[in-house]
Amino acid sequence: MTIAGWALILSFVGVLLALTKPVGLWLFALYEGRRTPLHHVLGPVENGFYRLAGIDPAAQQGWRRYAVHMLLFNTALLALTYVVLRLQGVLPGNPQGLAGLSPDLAFNTAVSFTTNTNWQSYGGEGTMSNLSQMLGLTIQNFLSAATGIALAFALFRGFARREAAAVGNFWADVTRITLYLLLPLCVVLTLFYIAGGVPQTLGGVVDVTTLEGARKTILLGPVASQEAIKMLGTNGGGFFNANSAHPFENPTALTNFIQMLSIFVIGFGLTWTFGRAVGNTRQGWAILAAMVILFLAGVSVAYAQEAAGNPVLHQLGVAGGNMEGKEARFGIAASALFSVITTAASCGAVNAMHDSFTALGGMIPMLNIQLGEVVIGGVGAGIYGFLLFAILAVFVAGLMVGRTPEYVGKKIEAREVKLAVLAIAVLPLIILGFTALSSMLAPGLAGPLNKGPHGFSEILYAFSSAVGNNGSAFAGLTANTPYYNALLGIAMWLGRFFVIVPMLAIAGSLAAKKHVPESAGSFPTTGGLWVGMLIGIILILGGLTFLPSLALGPIADHLAMIRGQLF
Amino acid sequence: MANNSAKSLFTADLIVPAVKASFLKLDPRALVKNPVMFVTAAVAALMSVLLVIGQDDLSTGFKLHLVVWLWLTVLFGTFAEALAEGRGKAQAASLRAAKAELTAKRLTGEGQRYDDVPASQLKIGDVVLVETDDLIPSDGEVVAGVASVNEAAITGESAPVIREAGGDRSAVTAGTRVISDSIRVRVTVEPGKGFLDRMIALVEGAERQKTPNEIALTLLLVGLTIIFLIAVGTIPAFAAYAGGSIPVAILAALLITLIPTTIAALLSAIGIAGMDRLVRFNVLAKSGRAVEAAGDVDVLLLDKTGTITVGDRQASEFRSVGGASEIELAEAALLASLSDETPEGRSIVALAREAFDLQREMPSDAEVIPFTAQTRVSGIRTGETLIQKGAVDSILKANAAADQTAAATELRRITDEIGRAGGTPLAVAKNGQLLGAIFLKDVVKAGIRERFGELRQMGIRTVMITGDNPLTAAAIAAEAGVDDFLAQATPEDKLALIRTEQTGGRLVAMCGDGTNDAPALAQADVGVAMNTGTQAAREAGNMVDLDSDPTKLIEVVGLGKQLLMTRGALTTFSVANDVAKYFAIIPAMFVALYPGLGVLNVMHLATPQSAILSAIIFNALIIPLLVPLALKGVTYRPMAAGPLLARNLAIYGLGGLIAPFIGIKAIDLLVGGLGLA
Repeated sequence: MTIAGWALILSFVGVLLALTKPVGLWLFALYEGRRTPLHHVLGPVENGFYRLAGIDPAAQQGWRRYAVHMLLFNTALLALTYVVLRLQGVLPGNPQGLAGLSPDLAFNTAVSFTTNTNWQSYGGEGTMSNLSQMLGLTIQNFLSAATGIALAFALFRGFARREAAAVGNFWADVTRITLYLLLPLCVVLTLFYIAGGVPQTLGGVVDVTTLEGARKTILLGPVASQEAIKMLGTNGGGFFNANSAHPFENPTALTNFIQMLSIFVIGFGLTWTFGRAVGNTRQGWAILAAMVILFLAGVSVAYAQEAAGNPVLHQLGVAGGNMEGKEARFGIAASALFSVITTAASCGAVNAMHDSFTALGGMIPMLNIQLGEVVIGGVGAGIYGFLLFAILAVFVAGLMVGRTPEYVGKKIEAREVKLAVLAIAVLPLIILGFTALSSMLAPGLAGPLNKGPHGFSEILYAFSSAVGNNGSAFAGLTANTPYYNALLGIAMWLGRFFVIVPMLAIAGSLAAKKHVPESAGSFPTTGGLWVGMLIGIILILGGLTFLPSLALGPIADHLAMIRGQLF
Repeated sequence: MANNSAKSLFTADLIVPAVKASFLKLDPRALVKNPVMFVTAAVAALMSVLLVIGQDDLSTGFKLHLVVWLWLTVLFGTFAEALAEGRGKAQAASLRAAKAELTAKRLTGEGQRYDDVPASQLKIGDVVLVETDDLIPSDGEVVAGVASVNEAAITGESAPVIREAGGDRSAVTAGTRVISDSIRVRVTVEPGKGFLDRMIALVEGAERQKTPNEIALTLLLVGLTIIFLIAVGTIPAFAAYAGGSIPVAILAALLITLIPTTIAALLSAIGIAGMDRLVRFNVLAKSGRAVEAAGDVDVLLLDKTGTITVGDRQASEFRSVGGASEIELAEAALLASLSDETPEGRSIVALAREAFDLQREMPSDAEVIPFTAQTRVSGIRTGETLIQKGAVDSILKANAAADQTAAATELRRITDEIGRAGGTPLAVAKNGQLLGAIFLKDVVKAGIRERFGELRQMGIRTVMITGDNPLTAAAIAAEAGVDDFLAQATPEDKLALIRTEQTGGRLVAMCGDGTNDAPALAQADVGVAMNTGTQAAREAGNMVDLDSDPTKLIEVVGLGKQLLMTRGALTTFSVANDVAKYFAIIPAMFVALYPGLGVLNVMHLATPQSAILSAIIFNALIIPLLVPLALKGVTYRPMAAGPLLARNLAIYGLGGLIAPFIGIKAIDLLVGGLGLA
């Protein structure tokens, strides 16, 4: 580990902390449906959409209605994407003349982008036409991110509203988030990436003659625009197969830094928005503190492991840290940091190959995903997932102050506990269930590239990534098979919506409740004690569930490495 | 509180039946109500079967140990519940004795004659005659007569109480005994549904229903169980991938140690014991919900008299007016009060004798003028002298001629002063001439100010309810240190106040005894009715205080909090325990597959088998070890939530993390030493 490495990590967190309140304020304006300066320009566009679709943005929806509209919207997007991908061969915007996708791959990819997972069973540049990238994928990148933030808003309203029947209007939320947050930021980011050297063109390929005289075909496309939303919306689906390790996606250390920032910036801001929504910004800072501590702990382990390198290679005379699978222009610190960010945040973009990390260095990204991606997390999804844990933490320990547990003024009772447990149990059920299935069935066993615990890690990582809607891959796993496409597709859908529906039900149930005024007898949810408890509950509930599988995967892998055995 | 529970916890007459009952509770129909224990029992049953027919590499001795400890885990849980119930049953038995063989003298015709009928045949509306030494056959209301009644059967208090028709002392309870005079009682409940029946059912735990909080906690425990079922259920597939297999016995051990058996085993015992503590405290909660609500209370409405001040006012000063001297006033007041046997009257006599050394006794020719509701004036007439004593308004009314004098103006001024100082003035007139006023002072109970301070720390607001005028109320409120007061309170005001607080999301507790308190008692989240109160009040409240001591409201809140805290503490302890258990079992389970995993054996447990056995033994033994805590409740001290949480988290959270590491290691040494595994 180097001072420069740590300076990078700490300055990264520092910049984000400085951005938290401004971004949170902006998000709060959208949460409240207030006018922003952008309304002068985009207001008519927004209203145009409503008129076109016959939507009354002021009409409030109860949680059921909100959920049904959200599900219908996402199912329609899924169907649209599926059709576009299947028919890619006959649709325009296909300069390379690529064929339509197979049914299982189209299904997997459509689910993947609709659920904000962006798991890619395919190699981007060699499979997707420009139209597919833009119409099928980029649109989903925006809308799945907007959906996530809208859902977080709905849950915030559940906590903030008193004896209310409604949790907001889904269409208004999605429209406002897309128009006033994602689009403007993406325009700025796109221009920045173009300036940094990322291509943005509708032309397909450039044929060049290299210095050695060889002819080479270089694939190009509308990369910069996809790159912007890929990070900002914690989507992670790259234009190129190599994702952010590709020099056209992520050319410089500066673009790398901005990419990392844009993954986290909305997640940081949302914690502030939550605090503001429930009338006490310290509530938001407490959540952020717990997240940042977990994040830095993860970064420390991953960075230390990668910097320490592989003792087996050291014996062979290869000194230094583990550079396998990393880009030389980023180095160890920026790669380790990126890997923890992208998995903490359900983004899934990669600038290095996680499969090539040391065993424990690679375990941190996996553990991040398995904890439910609540360390900052995906846009919206991170904070609503975190709040589910907060509900359980309040319930387990809150009784210890001798009152019915309350969180930010709402009593946590049987219904909330039931729904939170349901939402949290979905994750291990599908991850471990599907991993178990795949480690027994022949088509599952055909997937992993490596043997032993490392191969097991590859399967476990894939399902963790799918269920957590992360989308990063451990690589090594041959996932573009009907078996994995189907199972991972199902896992992504369940992992997203089987959490969302109970979560929205909690929002509805909380909104209907009275507000309990805070007193000296109330359970304190702002101080260090609470932060520590949140971390404890997340590690015990989220982490211990996966300990047996982690023991058989990366931990066994790591211990074997120490003894000189590699997989 | 709960002072007598500690010593009587583990006596043979409670333990023996509890052991018996703990086996009867293995009935699957009963067990299924506690899903975690049901899973444990199912696993134990499965392992018992596998012990006979199973095929694996494990030694039979090891598996036998495992099966025994699995069953013990279940039995310890049922034992905890049986023990908690047993304590209630012992109490119910004495109540039953009171109820046995009640017969009634049911009045017939015009009420001149009666038939002897068994109490079980009485219907609502029947009127029965109860004479000296009769047991009252049914709950009801006195419609005629007045009697003193011994209610020791339900309150444990042998001093008789007066029960009379009309007013707020008309309710009588089945099983109590009339010790003088006779009354006619109208039956107000169906047989078998009376107060005593309800009390028996409550203390026995027969009608126990899970409280909202308990339901929520059970759901959480079920959720954790499901999560761990998945975590353990998928291990065989993972192990198969690694080229090995894990015996079912080991998986069973891991599952049982991970699911929250500790809190699940103790959950119902905690609830029963919480109710039991209240009963021992002579407060009867009609539902567990009410006890929980008591812990959540934000606002306490406390009646001034009897709760904040000692019931009786004390004379503290003589304030003369007009030309009268203080001695003149004191002497007149003394004479007027000599026959007044109320505490106020006695305090006037005492003050006059003490302050002015007056030795007057009752003159032989004195004629006492008793207090009547019409005149609201009492006094004494000796020869030509008439001394009157009463409320200022009443005295002025009775002596209309004096109303316009300078003395009257002065009296009014003094009245205001006394009121502002939190006192009540009592005017004295002699032969139509105003002498002055006696300053009757409300005496705030010793230590009550500190109690309110504690409540404030806990975030509970206290509101004093009084019929006094606002001036007096403000002075007493300031002296007692309550947060707020409601002066000249009518029952409607009280109800309105409760509704306002509840609209603001606060939970309100109050106590009351009169029929006109009933709506407020019903509206309050915790309504404690005094046992001496009317039937209507007792029906409306969700708790009844058998001692009729309104101060207890504060303790009831404490008991509610203690119940919730006990549950939270043991849940936290149980969940925190899992960390150590993982570190005991995971390396033991996988070390054969990947020998490197042996480094996770941080406790350095001797062998994989002894590690697993130690974890399962610890998991079982922790239940009986925590039974005393579950039954007695965690130590409760009034303090703010922050420090309280820090304290409990340190004990039960951190303790729960560390204790099993020590416990499992110790058991492992023992198991190794005894050569069990």
